[in-house]
Amino acid sequence: MFELIRKTKIDFLGKRKFAFIFSGIFSIIGVVAIVQIANGKANLGIDFAGGTSIQLKFEKTVNLHEVRKALEEGGVKDFDLQDLPTERKILIRVKKTEQELGKASDELTGLISKKFPGNKYVVDSTTEIGPKVGRKLRADAAKAVAMATLGILIYVAIRFKFDFAVGATIATFHDVLAVLAVFFLLGKEINLILVTALLTIAGYSLTDTVVVFDRIRENLRLRIKEPVEAVMNASINEVLSRTIIVSLTTLFTGVSLFLFGGEVIHDFALAIILGIIIGTYSSIFVASPVVLLWRKKRPFAKK
Amino acid sequence: MKKNILWRFILIGLTVVLALVFFLPNTPLFQYMPGWWKNNMPDKGITLGLDLQGGVHLVFEVEGDRAVYLTTERIAHSIKELLEKKKIPAEVTRDGLLLSVAPNSIDVRKAIEDSYPILTPVETGAKLVYKLSDKEANRIKETSAEQALETIRNRIDQFGVSEPTIHRQGINEIVVQLPGIKDPKRAIEIIGKTAQLEFKLVDDSAPVAAELPAALKPGEEDALLAKFAGKLPADDEILFEKSVNRETGEVSKRPILLKKQVLMTGDLLTEAKVNIDQRFNEPHVSITFNAAGAKLFEDITAANVKRRLAIVLDGNVYSAPVIQERIAGGNAQITGRFSLNEAKDLAIVLRAGALPAPVKMLQNVTVGPSLGADSIEAGKRAVIIGAILVVVFMVFYYRVSGAIADSALVLNIFLLLGAMASLNATLTLPGIAGIVLAIGMAVDSNVLMFERIREELRAGKTPRAAVDSGYNKAFWTIFDSHVTTLITAAVLFQFGTGPIKGFAVTLSLGVSINLFTALIGTKSIFDLINSRKEVRKLSI
Repeated sequence: MFELIRKTKIDFLGKRKFAFIFSGIFSIIGVVAIVQIANGKANLGIDFAGGTSIQLKFEKTVNLHEVRKALEEGGVKDFDLQDLPTERKILIRVKKTEQELGKASDELTGLISKKFPGNKYVVDSTTEIGPKVGRKLRADAAKAVAMATLGILIYVAIRFKFDFAVGATIATFHDVLAVLAVFFLLGKEINLILVTALLTIAGYSLTDTVVVFDRIRENLRLRIKEPVEAVMNASINEVLSRTIIVSLTTLFTGVSLFLFGGEVIHDFALAIILGIIIGTYSSIFVASPVVLLWRKKRPFAKK
Repeated sequence: MKKNILWRFILIGLTVVLALVFFLPNTPLFQYMPGWWKNNMPDKGITLGLDLQGGVHLVFEVEGDRAVYLTTERIAHSIKELLEKKKIPAEVTRDGLLLSVAPNSIDVRKAIEDSYPILTPVETGAKLVYKLSDKEANRIKETSAEQALETIRNRIDQFGVSEPTIHRQGINEIVVQLPGIKDPKRAIEIIGKTAQLEFKLVDDSAPVAAELPAALKPGEEDALLAKFAGKLPADDEILFEKSVNRETGEVSKRPILLKKQVLMTGDLLTEAKVNIDQRFNEPHVSITFNAAGAKLFEDITAANVKRRLAIVLDGNVYSAPVIQERIAGGNAQITGRFSLNEAKDLAIVLRAGALPAPVKMLQNVTVGPSLGADSIEAGKRAVIIGAILVVVFMVFYYRVSGAIADSALVLNIFLLLGAMASLNATLTLPGIAGIVLAIGMAVDSNVLMFERIREELRAGKTPRAAVDSGYNKAFWTIFDSHVTTLITAAVLFQFGTGPIKGFAVTLSLGVSINLFTALIGTKSIFDLINSRKEVRKLSI
């Protein structure tokens, strides 16, 4: 029998103070990110903010600086550039254009053609989102998050006793907030596909938590006389290898997506990877300590 | 072999055969199948999303308010005529969506309300103010969206796109998806053009007409309109004719003073086609009117010989030739420095008819074919490498049991593709990501069971007992972790558009099938091994 992790005796719950501080900070940053998104101050993708983005693939290498100059000279405001030098691609995003849709992308390609007459390009993709659609997509995303949260909450409430439900819910929220916090801190774009990733994380987050909780419940029934904290610690240690390996296989596929899945879903894969890692951490360091705290607070809570 | 194991294998075998039948159209093998197969068996398979095969996804808004406005304007005009006919002296004015008639009298009121029950009075003091009833306004918006959908469908058909999807969304939005299209810009132009063709008289008699400059640079139009705002006769307006210098290619705009009254519109057209001018070798569009249109055109030209008749399309003058004589036969030409494609497109929109109201583009997502192909390649690579990583890890860590899990994984992928094909689902790039994640999650269930079995073995149970209790104890853990993923997938399906929906489809199918393969597939293989004789050692 090959084992990655043999029998361990780590005092996970003893380290809960550090875990709470660490997780608390990330959760707060996550909340700040949500507030900023609501105020339109975060780096919103054009699907939420409205605007135009075009991706061009050139025949010869282009200098990003030159592209920037061409657009600035052409009077384009509030744009950002990204390039994939290995594939001679550049991505131009212009947010919240007041222009009629169709005009902005024409203007951008016009300026580029004028600046680089000798360097032919093809338009890989054009995305133009009017403000009305942006608003609708934002509302839809908010609704989706609310619905998914509600759905998971209801399921957790049905399947777990109250104290475990609290732990599972907090761990799920924590995972989503922490991933959002990392994206916010990295200045990555907040767009529809990130919301998709966050919801997927919310759905997946429970996987490890369930593994840990099932064992804790089982052991609490068996070892009635031992202190709760000791039973919990023992349970986490018992299922440690399982918790990690379950995440590991999904992590493999996440990494494969990140490295080979292409530029379009790069950030999506990154979010999934972060979500899996944070989810595993939280099932050990967040979910169980929360249950313990809840139990301590009301020692006579009915079982 | 125990009977119930046999049945389980038959069940698994059947699902695999079904999956293969459904997925066959996506493989090159399908073209070699005999005719009876092609005719009777599933032939659709999985379709590629716009992000993978390239194409455009457009959302237009039909400006129904504009249609209500136009109707109000038309009614104002008819009321004026009605009152004149009845010899009731009254002033009819229109302000936005409101119609005012002054002075107020019983005669006026009766005349209007008898003929126009669709008007609701807003004010009945010294003057009468009407607006279209809400019901009527909604009806107009509704029909204009419906007509716009029909017209756009017509235009796309004539433009020639294979398998377009055109449908209404909400009250006044129209979604157009054109897969694999090569020239998205042209398609957008064709869809978005209102194509309101009007014939109006040029007013050369008004003194102000002589004051208008001969040509303007593009962009100076608004300034000119502002300058002449107060000086125009009440029923006149200025529109512009674009002209291009043949030698220099310079574009200029010529202002033309026109009578506001529309003599004739394009809805009396029966045919519009492209002809090439012999003299300049330039394309123009010839139009043919139906019988009523031909008669009207003849009357108009007869009454206005030696005056100029402007051909106006969407508020731009295309030409304003002098009527030399009465024109019978119902033919006319639209000229105006077109390229061949422009002329072709104009003919298409004229044939398909005008949109009842202008449309505004709300969203345009265009993916070029090369990016689509790149995405497919990248997606394939991610799937294959991800699967290999998982497969190798499982064998390395769980040995023979890992290989059993891997065979369940292969089964899983087969069934997933088959299920998608049976639903004629659309595969998008996020959808491929969903498959990759589903592969990772597929072995989760097996990992949970195997770890449980290992524990039971450690506790001293026999392999068969360990397998049985491992499965039973892991069941709810597996179930819980799948259900929450399904909840989010369902929500994503409900709220997501296009690509995201594709993700929700693959993820939810992958997770559901995984429950089947893990709980029935893997278990059957273990049972089969255990059924022969009591296995002393389990490779796990």
